[in-house]
Amino acid sequence: MTAIILGIIGILLAPVLGGLIAGLDRKVTARMQSRFGPPILQPFYDVFKLFGKEPAIVNVWQVFCAYVYVASAAISVGLLFAGGDLLLLFFVQAVGAVFLVFGALAAPSPYSQVGAHRELLQILAYEPLIILVFVGFYLATGSFKVADILAHNQPLLLQMPLLFLVLGYALTIKLRKSPFDLSTSHHGHQELVKGVLIEYSGPYLALVEVAHWYETVLVLGLCALFWHTSIFGMAILLAVTYFAEVLLDNVTARMTWRWMLGYVWGIGLAMSAVNLVWISFKGA
Amino acid sequence: MLKNMIQTSRLKSPWIIHFDCGSCNGCDIEVLACLTPLYDVERFGVVNVGNPKHADVLLVTGTVNHRNKHVLKNIYDQMPNPKLVIAIGACGLSGGVFREAPNVVGGVDKVIPVDVYVPGCPAKPEAIIDAVVAGLGKLAELQKQAAI
Repeated sequence: MTAIILGIIGILLAPVLGGLIAGLDRKVTARMQSRFGPPILQPFYDVFKLFGKEPAIVNVWQVFCAYVYVASAAISVGLLFAGGDLLLLFFVQAVGAVFLVFGALAAPSPYSQVGAHRELLQILAYEPLIILVFVGFYLATGSFKVADILAHNQPLLLQMPLLFLVLGYALTIKLRKSPFDLSTSHHGHQELVKGVLIEYSGPYLALVEVAHWYETVLVLGLCALFWHTSIFGMAILLAVTYFAEVLLDNVTARMTWRWMLGYVWGIGLAMSAVNLVWISFKGA
Repeated sequence: MLKNMIQTSRLKSPWIIHFDCGSCNGCDIEVLACLTPLYDVERFGVVNVGNPKHADVLLVTGTVNHRNKHVLKNIYDQMPNPKLVIAIGACGLSGGVFREAPNVVGGVDKVIPVDVYVPGCPAKPEAIIDAVVAGLGKLAELQKQAAI
């Protein structure tokens, strides 16, 4: 029962948290570019405005896909807060990510199509890494359940430093930050105009945006599991990680999908393998 | 309450799309100057989007001619309501020095309804920002009238 209540709290709290993080992100980014930047609440203004726009859709599939995307993102955050199974959480999240692509492929616009294909490649790049991070959690704690991982008595960062960096790759791709913002970019009028999001408009774009906040909270929640023993440590870890993401976004250029696949798989898989071997030998 | 939040948000998040309707590029540079750190219109939630389906405010520069009036109309039609149109520069207002030319239709308002006019050749960035603010004021007025 407590688990369900925690899950519901997570589902309700995550969009607020995700929106605030997005607002802070825009503010810090603006300061890095010596601009003043929008108010912290700007993402909420954007989303409320989009909900108030006239709905204009290409076909009903898009509407369905936007709803499935937001639902699966919300459920995966709920599972995380409820202390559920990491693998189940992963598959629920993957369903949403793929439905976003389906929605984009449902429209015959070239930008939408190219964006959708690139989004698929991005999913292909980060999903194996997230699975390997979960395997690391299993080897270190003996369980895939978030509740059991939280019961572990020492910070996992000490055992899985390389896997934390690997999760950082997945985080960068998930947050749509440079150098991995190939399918769509946070900044208007950049990569492929708006790539995978171009045909979502009005209320449906708002739904996709809310789902994006959920996913931000989800991946940051996974990062937080690396230092679950102290709230303070968790906060420091998340703040440092997110600041590094914003910094990376501002100092790197957007790269090609070939580079992304080669780099993320090459270095990411190698680092995961080294870390996994290390955990299993240390454990034995 | 939700309606109130949406109405407030509309005034705080005007996403603009810029269409160069055959301008000499003078006004276009002034439009883009608004987005630079010097003016930084993102302070007011303005984002320059490239997609009419995401946009709230259409900024049009340059003379309208018989060929590009269809493009202008098409972009305007793709924008979901509520939307604003701002005509920028002498050419956007009336056709400017080209108004007598046989291929020129005239100002932007010959093709689509215009909410705010920004004179100048080229228009100053400050004037363009003022125009967006004036347009939002007009939208706020309309919302208030609809509420009564």
